[in-house]
Amino acid sequence: MELLEFVRQPWPWYVAGPLIGLTVPALLLIGNKSFGISSSLRHICAACIPANIPFFSYDWKHEIWNLVFVAGILIGGFLAGHFLANPEAIQISPQTVADLKALGIRDFSGLMPGDIFNVANLFTLKGLVFFVLGGFLVGFGTRMAGGCTSGHSIMGISNLQWPSLVATCCFMAGGFAMTHLILPHLMKLF
Amino acid sequence: MEKIDVEEMLACDAPNDMKQEEGFVGNLKYGVVGILFGIVFVKAEIVSWFRIQEMFRLQSFHMYGVIGSAIVVGMLSIWLIKRFKIKTIAGDEVVFHPKKFNSGQIYGGLLFGLGWAITGACPGPLFAQIGSGFVVVLVTLLSAIAGTWVYGYFRPRLP
Repeated sequence: MELLEFVRQPWPWYVAGPLIGLTVPALLLIGNKSFGISSSLRHICAACIPANIPFFSYDWKHEIWNLVFVAGILIGGFLAGHFLANPEAIQISPQTVADLKALGIRDFSGLMPGDIFNVANLFTLKGLVFFVLGGFLVGFGTRMAGGCTSGHSIMGISNLQWPSLVATCCFMAGGFAMTHLILPHLMKLF
Repeated sequence: MEKIDVEEMLACDAPNDMKQEEGFVGNLKYGVVGILFGIVFVKAEIVSWFRIQEMFRLQSFHMYGVIGSAIVVGMLSIWLIKRFKIKTIAGDEVVFHPKKFNSGQIYGGLLFGLGWAITGACPGPLFAQIGSGFVVVLVTLLSAIAGTWVYGYFRPRLP
Protein backbone atom coordinates (compact mmCIF):
# COMPACT_ATOMS: atom_id res chain seq x y z
CA MET A 1 0.00 0.00 0.00
CA GLU A 2 2.86 2.38 -0.66
CA LEU A 3 0.80 4.23 -3.24
CA LEU A 4 -1.96 4.96 -0.75
CA GLU A 5 0.57 6.27 1.76
CA PHE A 6 2.05 8.44 -0.96
CA VAL A 7 -1.37 9.85 -1.88
CA ARG A 8 -2.22 10.48 1.78
CA GLN A 9 0.59 12.99 2.19
CA PRO A 10 -0.37 16.61 1.62
CA TRP A 11 0.02 17.36 -2.09
CA PRO A 12 2.53 20.05 -3.02
CA TRP A 13 1.42 23.17 -4.92
CA TYR A 14 3.11 22.06 -8.15
CA VAL A 15 0.85 19.01 -8.27
CA ALA A 16 -2.38 20.63 -7.09
CA GLY A 17 -2.12 23.88 -9.06
CA PRO A 18 -1.72 22.27 -12.53
CA LEU A 19 -4.54 19.79 -11.73
CA ILE A 20 -6.83 22.70 -10.86
CA GLY A 21 -5.71 24.49 -14.03
CA LEU A 22 -6.64 21.40 -16.08
CA THR A 23 -10.23 21.76 -14.88
CA VAL A 24 -10.51 24.70 -17.30
CA PRO A 25 -9.90 22.73 -20.54
CA ALA A 26 -11.64 19.64 -19.10
CA LEU A 27 -14.94 21.49 -18.62
CA LEU A 28 -14.61 23.35 -21.91
CA LEU A 29 -13.92 20.23 -23.92
CA ILE A 30 -16.38 17.81 -22.34
CA GLY A 31 -19.32 20.17 -22.64
CA ASN A 32 -18.46 23.80 -23.46
CA LYS A 33 -18.67 24.87 -19.83
CA SER A 34 -16.80 27.86 -18.47
CA PHE A 35 -15.22 27.09 -15.11
CA GLY A 36 -16.85 28.91 -12.21
CA ILE A 37 -18.23 27.91 -8.85
CA SER A 38 -19.98 30.87 -7.25
CA SER A 39 -22.69 30.68 -9.94
CA SER A 40 -23.90 27.55 -8.14
CA LEU A 41 -25.06 29.77 -5.27
CA ARG A 42 -27.09 31.83 -7.74
CA HIS A 43 -28.60 28.70 -9.28
CA ILE A 44 -29.62 27.48 -5.82
CA CYS A 45 -31.38 30.84 -5.26
CA ALA A 46 -33.03 30.58 -8.68
CA ALA A 47 -34.16 27.03 -7.96
CA CYS A 48 -35.35 27.46 -4.37
CA ILE A 49 -36.24 31.09 -3.66
CA PRO A 50 -36.51 33.09 -6.92
CA ALA A 51 -39.24 35.35 -5.41
CA ASN A 52 -39.87 36.97 -8.81
CA ILE A 53 -36.52 38.76 -8.63
CA PRO A 54 -35.33 39.23 -12.25
CA PHE A 55 -31.77 38.23 -11.29
CA PHE A 56 -33.06 34.78 -10.31
CA SER A 57 -35.69 34.37 -13.00
CA TYR A 58 -33.93 32.27 -15.57
CA ASP A 59 -33.88 28.66 -16.60
CA TRP A 60 -31.61 27.30 -13.86
CA LYS A 61 -32.17 23.79 -15.15
CA HIS A 62 -30.10 24.73 -18.19
CA GLU A 63 -27.21 25.39 -15.77
CA ILE A 64 -27.72 22.26 -13.70
CA TRP A 65 -24.28 20.98 -14.67
CA ASN A 66 -22.87 23.56 -12.24
CA LEU A 67 -24.89 22.10 -9.36
CA VAL A 68 -23.80 18.56 -10.26
CA PHE A 69 -20.21 19.87 -10.34
CA VAL A 70 -20.38 21.34 -6.81
CA ALA A 71 -22.13 18.20 -5.53
CA GLY A 72 -19.10 16.36 -6.90
CA ILE A 73 -16.77 18.71 -4.99
CA LEU A 74 -18.66 17.85 -1.80
CA ILE A 75 -18.34 14.11 -2.48
CA GLY A 76 -14.66 14.56 -3.39
CA GLY A 77 -14.16 16.38 -0.09
CA PHE A 78 -15.78 13.46 1.71
CA LEU A 79 -13.63 10.86 -0.07
CA ALA A 80 -10.40 12.77 0.54
CA GLY A 81 -11.33 13.56 4.13
CA HIS A 82 -12.26 9.98 5.04
CA PHE A 83 -10.12 7.69 2.92
CA LEU A 84 -7.12 9.76 1.89
CA ALA A 85 -6.70 11.89 5.01
CA ASN A 86 -3.23 12.83 6.11
CA PRO A 87 -2.60 11.07 9.45
CA GLU A 88 -0.21 13.82 10.57
CA ALA A 89 -1.21 17.26 11.84
CA ILE A 90 -1.16 19.99 9.20
CA GLN A 91 2.23 21.64 8.73
CA ILE A 92 1.85 25.38 8.53
CA SER A 93 4.44 28.09 8.78
CA PRO A 94 5.72 28.53 12.37
CA GLN A 95 5.25 32.30 12.00
CA THR A 96 1.58 31.79 11.15
CA VAL A 97 1.19 29.50 14.16
CA ALA A 98 2.79 32.15 16.39
CA ASP A 99 0.61 34.94 14.95
CA LEU A 100 -2.58 32.90 15.33
CA LYS A 101 -1.66 31.83 18.87
CA ALA A 102 -1.32 35.51 19.71
CA LEU A 103 -4.88 35.97 18.43
CA GLY A 104 -6.12 33.22 20.73
CA ILE A 105 -6.25 30.17 18.42
CA ARG A 106 -5.28 27.00 20.29
CA ASP A 107 -6.21 24.00 18.15
CA PHE A 108 -3.76 23.40 15.28
CA SER A 109 -4.45 19.70 14.79
CA GLY A 110 -6.84 19.67 11.82
CA LEU A 111 -7.32 21.44 8.50
CA MET A 112 -9.45 24.03 10.30
CA PRO A 113 -9.02 25.46 13.79
CA GLY A 114 -11.30 23.31 15.94
CA ASP A 115 -11.80 26.12 18.43
CA ILE A 116 -13.60 28.17 15.76
CA PHE A 117 -15.19 25.68 13.36
CA ASN A 118 -17.21 23.53 15.70
CA VAL A 119 -20.92 23.16 16.20
CA ALA A 120 -20.78 24.41 19.81
CA ASN A 121 -19.94 27.89 18.46
CA LEU A 122 -23.04 27.99 16.30
CA PHE A 123 -25.13 30.26 18.49
CA THR A 124 -22.30 32.37 19.85
CA LEU A 125 -20.85 35.67 18.67
CA LYS A 126 -17.91 33.71 17.24
CA GLY A 127 -20.31 31.66 15.15
CA LEU A 128 -22.13 34.76 14.00
CA VAL A 129 -18.88 36.30 12.76
CA PHE A 130 -17.13 33.25 11.29
CA PHE A 131 -20.11 31.45 9.79
CA VAL A 132 -22.93 33.90 9.24
CA LEU A 133 -21.09 37.14 8.50
CA GLY A 134 -18.21 35.42 6.68
CA GLY A 135 -20.54 33.33 4.54
CA PHE A 136 -22.73 36.31 3.74
CA LEU A 137 -19.74 38.33 2.53
CA VAL A 138 -18.58 35.42 0.37
CA GLY A 139 -22.02 35.02 -1.26
CA PHE A 140 -22.79 38.72 -1.66
CA GLY A 141 -19.27 39.69 -2.73
CA THR A 142 -18.73 36.96 -5.31
CA ARG A 143 -22.08 37.64 -6.96
CA MET A 144 -21.52 41.39 -7.02
CA ALA A 145 -18.05 40.80 -8.49
CA GLY A 146 -19.53 38.37 -11.02
CA GLY A 147 -17.29 35.49 -10.01
CA CYS A 148 -14.92 34.08 -7.43
CA THR A 149 -11.42 32.68 -7.36
CA SER A 150 -12.40 30.10 -9.98
CA GLY A 151 -14.51 32.22 -12.35
CA HIS A 152 -12.30 35.32 -12.23
CA SER A 153 -8.85 34.39 -10.91
CA ILE A 154 -8.46 31.14 -12.82
CA MET A 155 -10.92 31.13 -15.76
CA GLY A 156 -10.97 34.90 -16.32
CA ILE A 157 -7.24 35.55 -16.05
CA SER A 158 -6.46 32.41 -18.09
CA ASN A 159 -8.65 33.92 -20.81
CA LEU A 160 -6.70 37.21 -20.47
CA GLN A 161 -9.66 39.23 -19.20
CA TRP A 162 -8.38 42.33 -17.43
CA PRO A 163 -11.59 42.88 -15.38
CA SER A 164 -10.86 39.48 -13.81
CA LEU A 165 -7.40 40.67 -12.85
CA VAL A 166 -8.95 43.76 -11.24
CA ALA A 167 -11.42 41.55 -9.35
CA THR A 168 -8.61 39.24 -8.20
CA CYS A 169 -6.56 42.17 -6.89
CA CYS A 170 -9.65 43.29 -4.96
CA PHE A 171 -10.16 39.77 -3.52
CA MET A 172 -6.59 39.87 -2.25
CA ALA A 173 -6.90 43.46 -0.95
CA GLY A 174 -10.04 42.52 0.99
CA GLY A 175 -8.29 39.46 2.43
CA PHE A 176 -5.23 41.43 3.51
CA ALA A 177 -7.44 44.09 5.09
CA MET A 178 -9.42 41.49 7.03
CA THR A 179 -6.34 39.56 8.17
CA HIS A 180 -4.23 42.51 9.24
CA LEU A 181 -6.65 45.30 10.10
CA ILE A 182 -9.96 43.76 11.18
CA LEU A 183 -9.35 40.20 12.44
CA PRO A 184 -7.08 41.26 15.35
CA HIS A 185 -9.94 43.43 16.67
CA LEU A 186 -12.61 40.81 15.97
CA MET A 187 -10.66 38.17 17.90
CA LYS A 188 -10.61 40.44 20.98
CA LEU A 189 -14.40 40.11 21.17
CA PHE A 190 -14.28 36.44 22.08
CA MET B 1 -41.33 33.94 -15.37
CA GLU B 2 -39.49 36.38 -17.59
CA LYS B 3 -36.47 35.26 -19.55
CA ILE B 4 -33.17 36.68 -18.47
CA ASP B 5 -31.56 39.06 -20.95
CA VAL B 6 -28.21 38.40 -22.60
CA GLU B 7 -26.34 40.89 -20.45
CA GLU B 8 -27.55 39.20 -17.26
CA MET B 9 -26.63 35.77 -18.50
CA LEU B 10 -23.11 36.95 -19.24
CA ALA B 11 -22.89 38.14 -15.66
CA CYS B 12 -23.06 34.46 -14.79
CA ASP B 13 -19.43 33.39 -14.53
CA ALA B 14 -19.95 29.79 -15.59
CA PRO B 15 -22.43 29.66 -18.45
CA ASN B 16 -23.45 26.50 -20.22
CA ASP B 17 -22.71 26.89 -23.94
CA MET B 18 -23.60 23.39 -24.97
CA LYS B 19 -26.27 23.42 -27.66
CA GLN B 20 -27.59 19.90 -27.14
CA GLU B 21 -29.54 18.84 -24.07
CA GLU B 22 -27.41 16.58 -21.92
CA GLY B 23 -29.82 14.79 -19.60
CA PHE B 24 -29.07 13.18 -16.28
CA VAL B 25 -26.34 10.77 -17.38
CA GLY B 26 -24.66 13.45 -19.51
CA ASN B 27 -24.49 15.74 -16.50
CA LEU B 28 -22.84 13.07 -14.37
CA LYS B 29 -19.49 13.72 -16.04
CA TYR B 30 -19.38 17.16 -14.40
CA GLY B 31 -19.92 15.38 -11.10
CA VAL B 32 -16.87 13.22 -11.81
CA VAL B 33 -14.75 16.30 -12.58
CA GLY B 34 -16.13 17.82 -9.36
CA ILE B 35 -15.14 14.77 -7.31
CA LEU B 36 -11.56 14.87 -8.61
CA PHE B 37 -11.48 18.61 -8.02
CA GLY B 38 -12.78 18.20 -4.45
CA ILE B 39 -10.09 15.61 -3.71
CA VAL B 40 -7.38 18.00 -4.93
CA PHE B 41 -8.87 20.79 -2.79
CA VAL B 42 -8.63 18.72 0.37
CA LYS B 43 -5.32 16.98 -0.38
CA ALA B 44 -3.54 20.22 -1.23
CA GLU B 45 -5.08 21.77 1.92
CA ILE B 46 -6.59 24.61 -0.09
CA VAL B 47 -9.72 24.16 2.02
CA SER B 48 -7.72 24.87 5.15
CA TRP B 49 -8.42 28.09 7.03
CA PHE B 50 -4.79 27.95 8.18
CA ARG B 51 -3.49 27.93 4.59
CA ILE B 52 -5.57 31.00 3.75
CA GLN B 53 -4.18 32.77 6.82
CA GLU B 54 -0.64 31.84 5.72
CA MET B 55 -1.37 33.32 2.31
CA PHE B 56 -2.73 36.63 3.62
CA ARG B 57 0.18 36.87 6.08
CA LEU B 58 2.67 36.24 3.23
CA GLN B 59 4.22 33.45 5.32
CA SER B 60 4.06 30.64 2.80
CA PHE B 61 4.32 30.25 -0.94
CA HIS B 62 1.89 27.32 -1.04
CA MET B 63 -1.36 29.09 -2.03
CA TYR B 64 0.42 31.46 -4.40
CA GLY B 65 2.03 28.44 -6.04
CA VAL B 66 -1.32 26.66 -6.37
CA ILE B 67 -3.22 29.63 -7.83
CA GLY B 68 -0.27 30.77 -9.96
CA SER B 69 0.40 27.37 -11.54
CA ALA B 70 -3.34 26.81 -12.05
CA ILE B 71 -3.49 30.07 -14.01
CA VAL B 72 -0.43 29.16 -16.08
CA VAL B 73 -1.91 25.77 -17.01
CA GLY B 74 -5.34 27.32 -17.67
CA MET B 75 -3.81 30.03 -19.86
CA LEU B 76 -1.77 27.54 -21.85
CA SER B 77 -4.81 25.28 -22.35
CA ILE B 78 -7.01 28.13 -23.57
CA TRP B 79 -4.24 29.31 -25.89
CA LEU B 80 -3.95 25.79 -27.33
CA ILE B 81 -7.73 25.48 -27.74
CA LYS B 82 -7.87 28.81 -29.58
CA ARG B 83 -4.69 28.26 -31.58
CA PHE B 84 -5.62 24.80 -32.88
CA LYS B 85 -9.38 25.42 -32.82
CA ILE B 86 -9.86 22.32 -30.69
CA LYS B 87 -13.51 21.26 -30.66
CA THR B 88 -15.55 19.88 -27.76
CA ILE B 89 -16.21 16.14 -27.68
CA ALA B 90 -19.63 16.89 -29.18
CA GLY B 91 -17.84 18.55 -32.10
CA ASP B 92 -18.80 22.15 -31.26
CA GLU B 93 -16.60 25.19 -31.26
CA VAL B 94 -15.50 26.19 -27.75
CA VAL B 95 -17.22 29.38 -26.62
CA PHE B 96 -15.40 32.03 -24.56
CA HIS B 97 -17.01 34.96 -22.81
CA PRO B 98 -15.28 38.30 -22.48
CA LYS B 99 -15.73 39.82 -19.01
CA LYS B 100 -17.06 43.36 -19.11
CA PHE B 101 -15.71 45.68 -16.48
CA ASN B 102 -18.08 47.14 -13.90
CA SER B 103 -17.48 48.69 -10.51
CA GLY B 104 -19.14 45.69 -8.85
CA GLN B 105 -15.94 43.80 -9.53
CA ILE B 106 -14.15 46.25 -7.23
CA TYR B 107 -16.73 46.59 -4.43
CA GLY B 108 -17.86 42.98 -4.63
CA GLY B 109 -14.27 41.80 -4.91
CA LEU B 110 -13.30 43.65 -1.72
CA LEU B 111 -16.33 42.28 0.16
CA PHE B 112 -15.59 38.74 -0.97
CA GLY B 113 -11.95 39.20 0.10
CA LEU B 114 -13.08 40.18 3.60
CA GLY B 115 -15.24 37.06 3.77
CA TRP B 116 -12.52 34.85 2.31
CA ALA B 117 -10.14 35.71 5.15
CA ILE B 118 -12.84 35.05 7.79
CA THR B 119 -14.21 31.76 6.46
CA GLY B 120 -10.93 30.53 4.98
CA ALA B 121 -12.90 29.51 1.93
CA CYS B 122 -14.03 30.67 -1.45
CA PRO B 123 -17.25 29.06 -2.71
CA GLY B 124 -15.56 25.87 -4.01
CA PRO B 125 -13.76 24.98 -0.78
CA LEU B 126 -17.00 25.61 1.17
CA PHE B 127 -18.46 22.50 -0.45
CA ALA B 128 -15.26 20.50 0.09
CA GLN B 129 -15.05 21.59 3.76
CA ILE B 130 -18.57 20.31 4.38
CA GLY B 131 -17.78 17.04 2.62
CA SER B 132 -14.57 16.51 4.56
CA GLY B 133 -16.50 16.60 7.82
CA PHE B 134 -16.78 20.22 8.97
CA VAL B 135 -20.54 20.05 9.12
CA VAL B 136 -20.85 23.46 10.72
CA VAL B 137 -19.69 25.03 7.43
CA LEU B 138 -23.17 24.17 6.17
CA VAL B 139 -24.24 27.30 8.04
CA THR B 140 -21.58 29.30 6.18
CA LEU B 141 -22.88 27.92 2.89
CA LEU B 142 -26.49 28.80 3.75
CA SER B 143 -25.35 32.27 4.68
CA ALA B 144 -23.47 32.56 1.37
CA ILE B 145 -26.66 31.58 -0.45
CA ALA B 146 -28.49 34.23 1.57
CA GLY B 147 -25.80 36.76 0.62
CA THR B 148 -26.24 35.91 -3.05
CA TRP B 149 -30.01 36.29 -2.70
CA VAL B 150 -29.73 39.66 -0.95
CA TYR B 151 -27.42 40.86 -3.72
CA GLY B 152 -29.99 39.76 -6.31
CA TYR B 153 -32.72 41.58 -4.39
CA PHE B 154 -30.84 44.89 -4.13
CA ARG B 155 -29.12 44.57 -7.51
CA PRO B 156 -31.15 47.31 -9.27
CA ARG B 157 -30.08 49.78 -6.57
CA LEU B 158 -26.40 48.79 -6.45
CA PRO B 159 -23.49 49.92 -8.64
